[in-house]
Amino acid sequence: MAERRGNWDKAEDDLPVYLARPGTADQVPRQKHGGLFCSVEGAYESKTIDFDALSVGQRGSRTPRTTKRDTGLEARSPASDCKSSSPRLERPAASRDSARVEIRAAAGKEVLQNLPDEKSDRLLIKGGRIVNDDQSFCADIYMEDGLIKQIGDNLIVPGGVKTIEANGKMVIPGGIDIHTHFQMPYRGTTTVDDFTQGSKAALAGGTTMIVDHVIPEPGSSLIEAYDQWRQWADEKACCDYSLHVDVTHWNDSVKQEVNTLIKDKGVNSFQVYMAYKDYYQMSNSELYEIFTFLAENGGIAQVHAENGEIIAEEQARMLQMGITGPEGHVLSRPEELEAEAVFRAITIASQTNCPLYVTRVMSKSAADIISQARKKGNVVFGEPITASLGTDGTHYWSKNWAKAASFVTSPPLSPDPTTPDYLNTLLASGDLNVTGSAHCTFSVAQKAIGKDDFTQIPEGVNGVEERMALIWDKAVTSGKMDENMFVAVTSTNAAKILNLYPRKGRIAVGSDADLVIWDSDSVHTITAKTHNSAAEYNVFEGMELRGAPLVVICQGKIVLEDGTMHATSGVGRFIPCSPFPDFAYKRVKARKQLAVLRAVPRGMYDGPVSEFSPMSRGGTPSASARTSPTKQPVRNLHQSGFSLAGNPAPRGPPTPDDIPIRPAGRRIVVPPGGRSNITSLS
Amino acid sequence: MSTAGEVPIFFKTMGSDSPKPRQKFCGMFCPVEGSSDNKTLDFDALSSTKGKSDGRVIDRQTDISQPRKVEIRESTGKEALQNLDDKRSDRLLIKGAKIVNDDQSFCADIYMEDGVIKQIGENLIVPGGVKTIDAHGRMLMPGGIDVHTRFQMPDRGMTSADDFYQGTRAALAGGTTMIIDHVVPEPGVSLMSAFDQWREWADSKSCCDYSLHVDITEWHKGIQEEMETLVKDHGVNSFLVYLAYKDVFQLTDSQVYEVFGVIRDLGAIAQVHAENGDIVAEEQRRILEQGITGPEGHVLSRPEEVEAEAVNRSVTVANQTNCPLYITKVMSKSAADVIAQARKKGTVVYGEPITASLGTDGSHYWSKNWAKAAAYVTSPPLSPDPTTPDYLNSLLSCGDLQVTGSAHCPFNTSQRAVGKDDFSLIPEGVNGTEERMSLIWDKCVVTGKMDENQFVAVTSTNAAKIFNLYPRKGRISVGSDADLVLWDPDITKIISAKSHNSTVEYNIFEGTEVRGGPLVVISQGKIVLEDGNLHTTEGSGRYVARKPFPDYVYKRIKARSRLAELRGVPRGLYDGPVCEVSVTPKTMTPASSAKTSPAKQPSQPVRNLHQSGFSLSGAQIDDNVPRRNTQRIVAPPGGRANITSLG
Repeated sequence: MAERRGNWDKAEDDLPVYLARPGTADQVPRQKHGGLFCSVEGAYESKTIDFDALSVGQRGSRTPRTTKRDTGLEARSPASDCKSSSPRLERPAASRDSARVEIRAAAGKEVLQNLPDEKSDRLLIKGGRIVNDDQSFCADIYMEDGLIKQIGDNLIVPGGVKTIEANGKMVIPGGIDIHTHFQMPYRGTTTVDDFTQGSKAALAGGTTMIVDHVIPEPGSSLIEAYDQWRQWADEKACCDYSLHVDVTHWNDSVKQEVNTLIKDKGVNSFQVYMAYKDYYQMSNSELYEIFTFLAENGGIAQVHAENGEIIAEEQARMLQMGITGPEGHVLSRPEELEAEAVFRAITIASQTNCPLYVTRVMSKSAADIISQARKKGNVVFGEPITASLGTDGTHYWSKNWAKAASFVTSPPLSPDPTTPDYLNTLLASGDLNVTGSAHCTFSVAQKAIGKDDFTQIPEGVNGVEERMALIWDKAVTSGKMDENMFVAVTSTNAAKILNLYPRKGRIAVGSDADLVIWDSDSVHTITAKTHNSAAEYNVFEGMELRGAPLVVICQGKIVLEDGTMHATSGVGRFIPCSPFPDFAYKRVKARKQLAVLRAVPRGMYDGPVSEFSPMSRGGTPSASARTSPTKQPVRNLHQSGFSLAGNPAPRGPPTPDDIPIRPAGRRIVVPPGGRSNITSLS
Repeated sequence: MSTAGEVPIFFKTMGSDSPKPRQKFCGMFCPVEGSSDNKTLDFDALSSTKGKSDGRVIDRQTDISQPRKVEIRESTGKEALQNLDDKRSDRLLIKGAKIVNDDQSFCADIYMEDGVIKQIGENLIVPGGVKTIDAHGRMLMPGGIDVHTRFQMPDRGMTSADDFYQGTRAALAGGTTMIIDHVVPEPGVSLMSAFDQWREWADSKSCCDYSLHVDITEWHKGIQEEMETLVKDHGVNSFLVYLAYKDVFQLTDSQVYEVFGVIRDLGAIAQVHAENGDIVAEEQRRILEQGITGPEGHVLSRPEEVEAEAVNRSVTVANQTNCPLYITKVMSKSAADVIAQARKKGTVVYGEPITASLGTDGSHYWSKNWAKAAAYVTSPPLSPDPTTPDYLNSLLSCGDLQVTGSAHCPFNTSQRAVGKDDFSLIPEGVNGTEERMSLIWDKCVVTGKMDENQFVAVTSTNAAKIFNLYPRKGRISVGSDADLVLWDPDITKIISAKSHNSTVEYNIFEGTEVRGGPLVVISQGKIVLEDGNLHTTEGSGRYVARKPFPDYVYKRIKARSRLAELRGVPRGLYDGPVCEVSVTPKTMTPASSAKTSPAKQPSQPVRNLHQSGFSLSGAQIDDNVPRRNTQRIVAPPGGRANITSLG
């Protein structure tokens, strides 16, 4: 929570009130009326609150926590379900069966009032405890048309409303899995979970939105790949989705495409690879250019951080040594290489003043580097995945090849068994911010492509379904984080980074009706037999987790109740993300203003100048005392010294300062050979 | 130490620094067995003679109260007769000095002959005709070793201002008796021919012993063979790679990995110029675009993060390859921190701050005087953070950084002026070989950060150990080279271009007042500095060959390489279904983060997967490797263990 608040503090109201995004800003309620659930004023008049009212509503909901309890109690009517259920919360295990959530369809008279639609979109959750990332409170929620319309007590709702009795259970914003690879093509096959299967698994686990990675083949168009993914997902996704686009090669046309994707296609995050040498890997210079470009256009730079060059060398060495099994995968990708790449990415991002997002934080050392960088003030976000939070890399040494291979992902799971615990701690402390699953499952037969050579094993693990429950079990049950932080790391932070907040990631009037009623007491065992993914193997096999979704509501419809899924493929909408998310860019913008560099005004050099032979690339002798030859072409040194007007001697293309931003003043103030002799030593 | 009252006590403690001699017989100057025959005091005698030395010291004290000069006496009369033939004898006796090694200090006389220390002890019996220096209790330490110089370095047709003659003269004047210079082959030129060129230059001009590092400026098979020759036949055991200077010297990570692998196999040290050249190139362009063309652009385009990043990367590569690493020119706090952290994790890495980074900072880049600002241009640049020198001195004192160089590579102002309109063309390099010892003494010993022993360690002993020159250099013991410095901790002088021995017009330490300086410098057994006068002989410097596998560095590496053997997991054969893969050329296959590196696809032709499974004898293409055949035989094909079963 401390982390959260830190961000509130930083985010200041530099935007006009009507633009101010609810929630992004600060803890102080800006308006006097509209207490806790604030919805209220407009809500009672026309039952449907339009989006304009949004800011009012939500800002109010951000009442300081100190007053929360009191107002909550006052506001609560004596007959409120909430009250009656609160004692139950205190003794959760006592009345297990009565804690069940009841769902009542509209009956009798109510149905009459609400003639036309039998399957109403209208839904009322009564007596739930709403958990946002900043606070928890008891209230009823009324949704219609896939949006939350009212929050409060004693809501006046139309008839014919399906009602869910939450009995004091937690109602949280649906999870956002910020990293999936559904239906990903791989050498002529695809991952076993397509968008239907994958999003079903997501919903079953309480995740109501996924963000998939578009992976264009190197050399092909980003937009074509994007369209292809859109087509697949639109046909099949059962929940809302958004897309990251991976930049697998870099040139001017890619630049144009990235620009189009940001401006017109609703993509604001782009991943680059520092691994997969000769394939996806980008050089440092390319990274610099991409980051610079993204920083200008308000995108988020994601990196797959591993040093691909060294991996390639290490892989060759492993194979030479005769290590061909999955253990070679982890041996050839030691966690140092991950940490090194994270360090390098942070350095480049900090040079270019670009917000950085490190996907798949798998090891302690990588996480440490991220948290150190955050302490130094870098804008960097780390994404541990379900697998790194839940299991470790000792399984690579399993004698069962299929089991060992199913754990293969990059960066690999760390063989250090204390890693999951450590990452959970950093997640709880706010050093890591978001969680994904990197769900990318292959069948054993597909994994067997690499049965004699670990480098050929297709990479990827499952985790989209297990993500929420696993984090609950590892972090909340163990007391590392509270339920609010849980919401922050599973949905709110992701929504903020993608600029979807508060539409997603928050329970507030006007937000999408993507909700999960969470049962913190249910215990279930993960196994491939019961999971919703099509993979034969589950990397969390046999793990017993406390906490699970009881009811999942997606787009205002109940998609999971009583353990039964009602998902419809193709209903998922693409959610466009707009650039310059406040969460990442407010700081970046402020720094940009500060970062203006100034030259020192000096007189002209009028002393002797040595003759020198210009460097031809790779030609002339030189040394550490040499300078980078990017500025290759020879300048006529004599000429430039005598130029009065301040237009420098003509220069080659690499230094486009011919169009001089170079302040002319510097050259004019001191007339040639004049006043100050800058060669004098003293 | 100068006050009279303290002296007796002070001397009493002397030599007791290390309470237990490590060996029974020889102890401090180990090769003693033989030497005690010729009257050299052996170690046992030393502690017992301490009482005696008290008396002597008190005698000498009266001397000290007189003008603080070292007396050098020529042999006279009768003595000269005994020693007939050589008038200008190589024989030299230093009496009454406090000998400072990196582990302890003690009082003794030293006798040297033919450029080698022959005896250490008291009441030495020496032949007649010996030149005698009366040290009056001053400190005598091993001559400094400057591990990083670039004398006479060619740069785009220019040559750095100090050639081997002037450079080594400056070194000697500062108390440095050995330099290690960098051979910088142009890309495309063979290492051997560059090495020979440098040898020729140095042999003809150098006034003190020298050795050479060789820089690897490009990478291919031929270079590897040349490196082997250099190590085996030419006494080179250190190679520098550049992570900066994009498109000229810079190597890629893979190349660095391979170079490190070769270096480890040869038993040499991998040195790294650590800066991320890609980012530097981009930043330089950006800064120039902004119209910043002066020397301040140099430091703006090379922020210290970029240095720290490259250090971190080279540490990572060195760890992977189990290769000892040596970071040249540690210029910033963050780079030093990365080294310190890596050492805590156990990496074999050494850091070399240079005179400039220990003595001054980068605020001068903003000087209005262009010539002054340009004189500070070096890479990595001096940090603009004024607390950096102090920080680096602290790390040097606590052992996180180990050696000091000067990276002496000055250019004249007119040479610098090549970059008067574009900072990226300014030739890089600063002076520092002459100032190095005094400056470290002033910043570290005077301030109490380190003692005189640690001073000896960072100025010579550690360097000698890392580069396998120990104990010939870097230690005062019988059999070591007679490269000595009689140090006066009380001299105060102001560094200035007017009085320095380098030829450049500007000294970056201009006006710095330093305490401590050499009184007498002895190189190869000859007095080269006395009374502030240099008596150097051009061309007298010898090339000192260095053997590979220095113990100081490689003991740990060897132990680790034994441990680091990796083992595969013996498994049954996979007998389940295998997905069909479209074997497509690299660029064709759609793939993803779930893809693997295709790096070895080109080199490794597709293996016949079925065949390998059935081979019983285990004879395979890659069989020279420790793949145990049990792995294949224990579980007969299709047998026992069904490895596809889940659960």
